Amino acid sequence: MAYSKKVIDKFENTLNEPEKFNVGRFDPKEANIGTGMVGAPACGDVMKLQIKCESKGNTHIIKDVKFKTYGCGSAIASSSELVDMLVGKTLEEARQIKNVEIAQALELPPIKIHCSVLAEDSIQQAIDDFEKKQ
Amino acid sequence: MSKKIDLPIYLDYASTTPVDSRVAKKMTDHLTLDGNFGNPASRSHKFGWKAEESVEEARSHIANLVNCDPREIVWTSGATEADNLAIKGIANFYKSKGTHIITSKIEHKAVLDPCRQLERDGFEITYLEPNDGGLITPQSVRDAIRDDTILISIMHVNNELGTINDLEGIGSLARKNGVFFHVDAAQSTGKVNIDLSSLPVDLMSFSAHKTYGPKGIGALFVRRKPRVRIEAQIHGGGHERGMRSGTLPTHQIVGMGEAFRLAKEEMDTDKERIHKLHNRFYDSVSKIEEIYVNGDFKNKVSNILNISFAYVEGESLIMALKDIAVSSGSACTSASLEPSYVLRALGRKDELASSSIRFSFGRFTTDEEVDYTLTLINHAVERLRELSPLWEMYLDGIDIDSVEWQTH
Repeated sequence: MAYSKKVIDKFENTLNEPEKFNVGRFDPKEANIGTGMVGAPACGDVMKLQIKCESKGNTHIIKDVKFKTYGCGSAIASSSELVDMLVGKTLEEARQIKNVEIAQALELPPIKIHCSVLAEDSIQQAIDDFEKKQ
Repeated sequence: MSKKIDLPIYLDYASTTPVDSRVAKKMTDHLTLDGNFGNPASRSHKFGWKAEESVEEARSHIANLVNCDPREIVWTSGATEADNLAIKGIANFYKSKGTHIITSKIEHKAVLDPCRQLERDGFEITYLEPNDGGLITPQSVRDAIRDDTILISIMHVNNELGTINDLEGIGSLARKNGVFFHVDAAQSTGKVNIDLSSLPVDLMSFSAHKTYGPKGIGALFVRRKPRVRIEAQIHGGGHERGMRSGTLPTHQIVGMGEAFRLAKEEMDTDKERIHKLHNRFYDSVSKIEEIYVNGDFKNKVSNILNISFAYVEGESLIMALKDIAVSSGSACTSASLEPSYVLRALGRKDELASSSIRFSFGRFTTDEEVDYTLTLINHAVERLRELSPLWEMYLDGIDIDSVEWQTH
């Protein structure tokens, strides 16, 4: 498998410094937390993304993010890449993030595009979960 | 203190082995003008006679390792060709007797793909399921034999699990029912004692490069008594008593011969040393929580150890272990994105199948390499589990089978 240096670096950095790269969990029951979990163990990848939101005017912005991912190297790198994009964004802006951006940023090989799709799904689900609680 | 270790560490001996330097020496003696370069089929001069002599000496080394007659050894380009020659050779020669063949779901592709091809040609193939331990039981073979069965093809040692099948048990059933028995022994030479003078096996495939010989050379044992006939698959000169044409590659052949001679000479010491390495590795790795050995632990070779690290995905583990050369049962690394067909056949859940790694040790593996690998594994598994939502669920006492996953 020919991964780009970007995937490899992202994967290794996330693995070596999990805290710096937002690996972890929030209490999903708290009102300002939205949780998204996508994928399936049988398919080889599961992504869990949590956003901590704060109200700002008539919208919310993402203050902090935590994630955990079970999956191949590019799945882990994709989640980590997505997390970098989220902090400071409004929920509307976060909804606009498309898998192509992640795939391009990491130069994912075609066979691994589904990893970026999964990342996109995880943020949509996390926002849905947060909005349901409001 | 510990010796300096060269990275990456090679723990993929089941995939291929380095050529032993003694073998390489022998091979280079058979290439150049000042060496033994002749065509073994040349009958009219000394160059040919000398080359033929080397080829026949090598043939007797193969025969010695597995205790058969040298005249029962046919050179091929490797175990894949030997498997093809055995399976298609029997099928084509004996198709008037019957068109049913028995094999197993955990055979190497070199057996499965020729069987698929025969299916397209009108043969019927039964693919046996292994038991939980990855073994093909004689009972399952017995149940599958029919009146029109002509061939049973079962491997000796499984390449992914290292499990050793009961050749005696399966072979006696084949004999009793007048069915030919072919065995792919690519993984077992030099690791398990093979005595073809007593084993009820009719055809056996060998590979040089799994036993410290060169790639591109192998052999097929074709029994003379009782006689087994096969239809040649490659024509052009009638070499190897018509069973496999093509100029014999003397340097490859002497390489395989020397490798098998050394295998016989050093099997006992190699086995003992590798068994110790295996135990050193297993005793430590088994202390990690939630790991599973794939394949019957009591019925396997010591040089292969296949382990599932639950809640960690195999490819990511291999990436995290970049200084260790191992192979993954997870084919997420290949185009199919599917877990190993061998592990699935064992009934392993997909997530366990895709978290499996095959470690294989060999003649040049050291204690230091094993210890270093263990340190890296402990570190990598810990880190990847910290990253794994499934591990988090496991620690929270949530059964991941009870979750409704959105499959994609």
